[in-house]
Amino acid sequence: MSLLTLDHLTVHRGDRAVVRDVSLRVGAGECVGLIGPNGAGKTTLMRAALGLLPATGTSSVAALPAAARARQAAWLPQMRDIAWPVSVETLVALGRTPHLAPGGRLREADRAAVDAALARLDLAAFRSRIATQLSGGEQARVLIARALAQDAPLLLADEPIAGLDPAHQIMTMTVFAALAAEGRAVIASLHDLGLAARHCTRLVLMGAGRLVADGAPADVLTPENLAQVFGVRAYYAQTPDGPVFQPLEVVK
Amino acid sequence: MRYGTLIAGLGALVLVLFAASLLIGPAALGLGDSLGALFAGRGEAAVLVMREIRLPRALLGVMLGASLGLSGAAMQGYLRNPLAEPGLIGVSSSAALGAVLALQTGLAASFALALPLMALAGAVLSVLLLLLLAGPRGSSLTLILAGIALSAFAGALTSLVLNLSPNPYAAAEIIFWMLGSLGDRSFTHVWLALPFMALGWVLLATLGRGLDALTLGEDAAAALGIRLARLRLVLILGVAACVGAGVAVAGAVGFVGLVVPHLLRPLVGARPGRLLPASALGGAAMLLAADIAVRVIAPGRDLKLGVLTALVGAPLFLHLIYKTRREGL
Amino acid sequence: MVGQSPFRRVRAVLRAVFCAVLGAATVTAAGAAPERVVSLNLCTDQLAMLLAAPGQLVSVSFLAQDPMNSAMADAARAFPANRGQAEEVFLMKPDLVLAGTYTSRAAVSMLRRLGIEVVEFPPERSLDDVRRHLRLMGQVLGQQARAEAMIADYDTRLAALRADPAHRPRAALYSANGYTTGGNTLSGEILAAAGFDNIAAEAGVPAGGALPLEVLVMLRPDLVITGARYPGASRSEALLDHPALAPLLAAVPDAPATNADWVCGTPYVLRAIEGLVAARKALEDGR
Repeated sequence: MSLLTLDHLTVHRGDRAVVRDVSLRVGAGECVGLIGPNGAGKTTLMRAALGLLPATGTSSVAALPAAARARQAAWLPQMRDIAWPVSVETLVALGRTPHLAPGGRLREADRAAVDAALARLDLAAFRSRIATQLSGGEQARVLIARALAQDAPLLLADEPIAGLDPAHQIMTMTVFAALAAEGRAVIASLHDLGLAARHCTRLVLMGAGRLVADGAPADVLTPENLAQVFGVRAYYAQTPDGPVFQPLEVVK
Repeated sequence: MRYGTLIAGLGALVLVLFAASLLIGPAALGLGDSLGALFAGRGEAAVLVMREIRLPRALLGVMLGASLGLSGAAMQGYLRNPLAEPGLIGVSSSAALGAVLALQTGLAASFALALPLMALAGAVLSVLLLLLLAGPRGSSLTLILAGIALSAFAGALTSLVLNLSPNPYAAAEIIFWMLGSLGDRSFTHVWLALPFMALGWVLLATLGRGLDALTLGEDAAAALGIRLARLRLVLILGVAACVGAGVAVAGAVGFVGLVVPHLLRPLVGARPGRLLPASALGGAAMLLAADIAVRVIAPGRDLKLGVLTALVGAPLFLHLIYKTRREGL
Repeated sequence: MVGQSPFRRVRAVLRAVFCAVLGAATVTAAGAAPERVVSLNLCTDQLAMLLAAPGQLVSVSFLAQDPMNSAMADAARAFPANRGQAEEVFLMKPDLVLAGTYTSRAAVSMLRRLGIEVVEFPPERSLDDVRRHLRLMGQVLGQQARAEAMIADYDTRLAALRADPAHRPRAALYSANGYTTGGNTLSGEILAAAGFDNIAAEAGVPAGGALPLEVLVMLRPDLVITGARYPGASRSEALLDHPALAPLLAAVPDAPATNADWVCGTPYVLRAIEGLVAARKALEDGR
C-alpha cells in the first residue's frame, strides 16, 4: 500500500528549481533514509510533499485537506521549536491535535498514545519536567515523541538524530525501523550514512535538487554515487554485525 | 481539577471586584441604598447613580479588561513572544487614531457605529503592518521596534488631529486617548462596544488549539492540521475588534495584556490555549481593580487608568526584557 | 525674563497693580487721550469697544470676533484682529496697549521694553468689577463721561433685575469636564443676582472645581445650566450627553446656557441675568 506518492514534484525558489521533477512512491513497511549533501533539497522535498510549500507536480499527501493530512502524515521539522515552558507530557500531547474531540479534552486513546510515545523514547521519567529546561538532545527526543504521538501512518523527519548521543541515535533509528515493521512508513533525512545504511530499508539519494539514486542501501551507496554526489570515498562492507559504513576522505 | 479551580477562582474575583466597583463612588450611598436602588429601583436619584453611572462603568471595566487580557494572550501565543501587547506594539494607539478621526470629522456624530468601526480599522491596519514588519515569528527586537515606531506615528497623528479640532477641549484630551479612563461612561458606550467586543471574544476563543500547536513552530503546527492563514486572519480580526471597540469608548489602557498573561502563564502550565480564558478573567479583574483604585486614590479627579496599569506593568515589562535578553530568546 | 532686572520686574508688577486696582491711568499723566489703542484681551476688547471714540481703537484680539466667547463679535469684525504677538502689535504703532493680567505675558513685557505703554486688567470676578473696570477703561481711554453714563445705566438695570425671591430655586453651573462654578465668581454672582442658590455651595466648591456627575445627580438641582457647545467633538463635553444628566436637563427644556455674555465683566452680564430670571419665573409657574 502506498502511503506517499510524489509525481514530478518541482519546487522553485525564485527562478531556481531547488527540487526538480522528483517522482517517488513510499509504501507501508518502508524506513526510507533521505540522504544527500547540504543544499541537495531534502528539506524542501519533504516540506513540499507535505504541502507546506507551493510546488508543481503532485503529492498524494499535500492533496489531502488539512485535517485528513494531519492524520495521514506526521512532520518533525529540523528546527526544534518549543516556544513556552510547557511540561513534557503537554508537549507530547500536542501530537494528538488532529485526533482531539471538539473541546480539546484528551480521551483514553489520546492518553494511551502519549504514554506509548513517551515510553518508546525512554522519556517516562521526564513526563512532568518543563520541556524548555531540558538539554538539547532531550528536547529533540521529546519532539520525536510528539511526532510519534500523532500516530500517523507516515512519519517525515528532518535530521531527527542530529545532536543526539550515540545511544539515543541508535535508539531513535531502532524506533523508526520498528515503526516501519509495524506497517507504517518513515522518511528521515540523515547525514549519518552509517546509521542510514544499518537501519533503513531503502535510501533515496538527492543531489542538486534531483533524485540521483533510489533503492536498497547497498545499491545506493556505491563508490560512484558517493564520489559524484558527496565528493567522498568510503569504506562500506557487510560484516557479521551488519553493514558498516565509514567515510574516509574527500575526493576531487 | 487545577485549571478548573483557577478559572473558578478568577471568576469569583471578578464578581467581588464588580460588586466593589458598583459600591464605590463619590456620591456617598450606603450599602442598603445602593442595592435598593440597583435592584428594586428605590430612590429616584440613587437609581440614576446606580443604574446609569456605576453599572455601565463596572460593566465596561469587565468588558475592556477581558478584551485586553484576551488580546494580549492571543497575540503572545501567535507571535510566541511574551512582550507582545496591544498597547506596547502600537495597536491601541492606532485604534485611538481611528476613533479620534471618527469623532473629529463628525462621522461619529452622524453615524454612531463609525466610532468603533474606525477604531477597528485603525487596529486592523496596525496589526497587518506589524506582522509585515516583524514577520511571522517576530523577534522581540523587530516587534518592539516596529511597535515603537507605530505608536509614535499614530500618537503624533492623533495629537495633530486633536490640535486642529475647532473644539478647545479636544487638544487637552490626548491624555485620555493615551492613558484611558472609564470616567462618566454610560450605557451608550456599553452598547456601542459590546457587539464588537463579543465578536472579538468569540473569534479569539476559537484559537486555543491552534495557538497550542504553534508552541512547536509554524511548520509543525501546519502539519498538525492548523490552517495558519485562517488563524492569522481570525487573530487580526479578533484583536482588532476587542482593542478597537475598547479604545473607542475608553481610550488606550496599556499593559493589561502584558501583565495578566505573564502572571497567569505559570498557573495554566504555560499552555497558550488555556491562557486565553484565564487571561480574559484576569484582565477583567485587573481593570476593575485599577478603576476602583483611581476612584479611591483621587476621587473626582478622573485619574487615568493607564497611569495605574503602567505603574504595575512598566516594571514588569523591564523585567521581561531583562529576562528575554538573559535567555537569549 | 532675561535682560530684565528684578527691580524693573517689581516696578512692572507694581505698575500693573496700581493701574488696574486703583484705577490711576498712567497715560493720563500726559493729559491727552491715546489715539491708537490696541487691545490683546477678549475682555478689554469689549470694554474698549463700548467706550472708545470712533477711530481711537485700532485693533482687537481675534477672540473678540468669536461669537462663542464674545458678546460683541459682530462689532469686533469692524476691527483688524490681532493674535497678541508683540511683533504684529508693534507694527500697528499703538500708543496704548490693553492686556489682561494673564494673557500674552511675553508680548506684554516685550512691548514695554520697546517703550509702549501697556495697561493690564485682571479678570472680573464680581458684578462690582464690571463697574470698576468700566470706570478704569474710561480713564485710560480719556472717555470718563461716557463711562460714567454707562455705569449709571448698568446700576439702574442691575437694581431692577436683582431679585430676592422668597423661594430661591437651586441651580448648578455645570460645564465640560464636570466643572462647576461657585459663588465667589462672576458667574456665581450672576446666578445669585437672578435669585438662585448655587448648588456648588452644598457640594463644598467655593470658587470652581470638578463636581462628580454622581454628586450632581444626588443633589438634584432644580436647574442645570450647561456651557454652550463648541463645534467639533470632545470627551469633555460628551459628559453633558450622559443619560444620567438627561432627566435633570429635561426638567427645564429651555434652560439658558452659559454663553458669551457670561465670559467677561461687561454690561452684557445683565442679559445673562435676564435670561436666568426668566428661567426662574418659568420654574415658579411650572410648580
